[in-house]
Amino acid sequence: MNTTNKNWFLKGLRDGIPISLGYLAVSFTLGIAAKNAGFTPFQAMLTSLTNNASAGQFAGFTLVAAGAGYLELAVMELVANARYLLMSCAMSQKLAPSTPLLHRLLISFDVTDEIFGVSISVPGKLNPFYTYGLIAIAAPGWSLGTYLGVLMGNMLPAGIVRALSVGLYGMFLAVIIPPARKSRVLSAVILISMASSFAFTKLPVISGLSTGTRTILLTVLIAAGAAVLFPVKEEA
Amino acid sequence: MTHNIYLYILVMASVTYTIRMLPLVLIRKEITSPFIRSFLYYVPYVTLAVMTFPAILSETGSIWSAWAALLTGIFLAWKGKSLLQVSVCACLMVFVLELFLV
Repeated sequence: MNTTNKNWFLKGLRDGIPISLGYLAVSFTLGIAAKNAGFTPFQAMLTSLTNNASAGQFAGFTLVAAGAGYLELAVMELVANARYLLMSCAMSQKLAPSTPLLHRLLISFDVTDEIFGVSISVPGKLNPFYTYGLIAIAAPGWSLGTYLGVLMGNMLPAGIVRALSVGLYGMFLAVIIPPARKSRVLSAVILISMASSFAFTKLPVISGLSTGTRTILLTVLIAAGAAVLFPVKEEA
Repeated sequence: MTHNIYLYILVMASVTYTIRMLPLVLIRKEITSPFIRSFLYYVPYVTLAVMTFPAILSETGSIWSAWAALLTGIFLAWKGKSLLQVSVCACLMVFVLELFLV
């Protein structure tokens, strides 16, 4: 590893600490869902280690608990995780075009909301080692939290579990709000997104769609609308 | 029909990995279209906002503690607090309020 890569990796480790702690708390509640679906602590940890997908895993555990078929599970994962397709598209633009295939394959392992959000916020092109640093500290938090959640989820008082369940949303807000402070357009886009998301849970027919499908629909509609009305000026 | 948990895990992991890997491997060049570039710029903000609200409201024991967590999160994030601080304070807010509310 040359010095530049090493420095980026270390910076990633540092910036990944809050992600890891947040993951530890959030995946703890995920572990409780896994336990209800009949997973052992090891199986739940393995799921977290290989999936790294909050909503996808929640949806998966629910289906497994209901004894769903493999195909059904595959389709569910496709829908619940389709937003990562969009994130990976955005991430592909953050990498230098010369980035080798191996790096692309490795980064693909852990494009999560948080790791994507933090990786995309570095100025200029992304050095893959920064993302590796983030993953190296965040992924163990995610797996360990899931493991502990299965092991002792039911021992924690319900008040603490409920409190932990908003942790993930806190992290989302910490990713989207600060840039919005500097941009009225972005503030408006976020407000409209939240309002439409609320409307989509109330409207007939649409409210019957799965959460994942509604998320994709809204993302495509609103991001496309914003792109037409307020194209982003290139950074110098 | 009985199912194997390890096969379940394999199915989930392969679908999830493929979704993330395809764009990163297939899109090797910089996209020049201003529309697509702008679209991809807005994607994370819209997705995360949509996933946060109104989902957060039904996560806790009381809609009021959830609102308090949401507003606390927005306020602290606006103030530029770190990922960890925003997250922990939102959790604390719920915990403390629910000592009285639930």
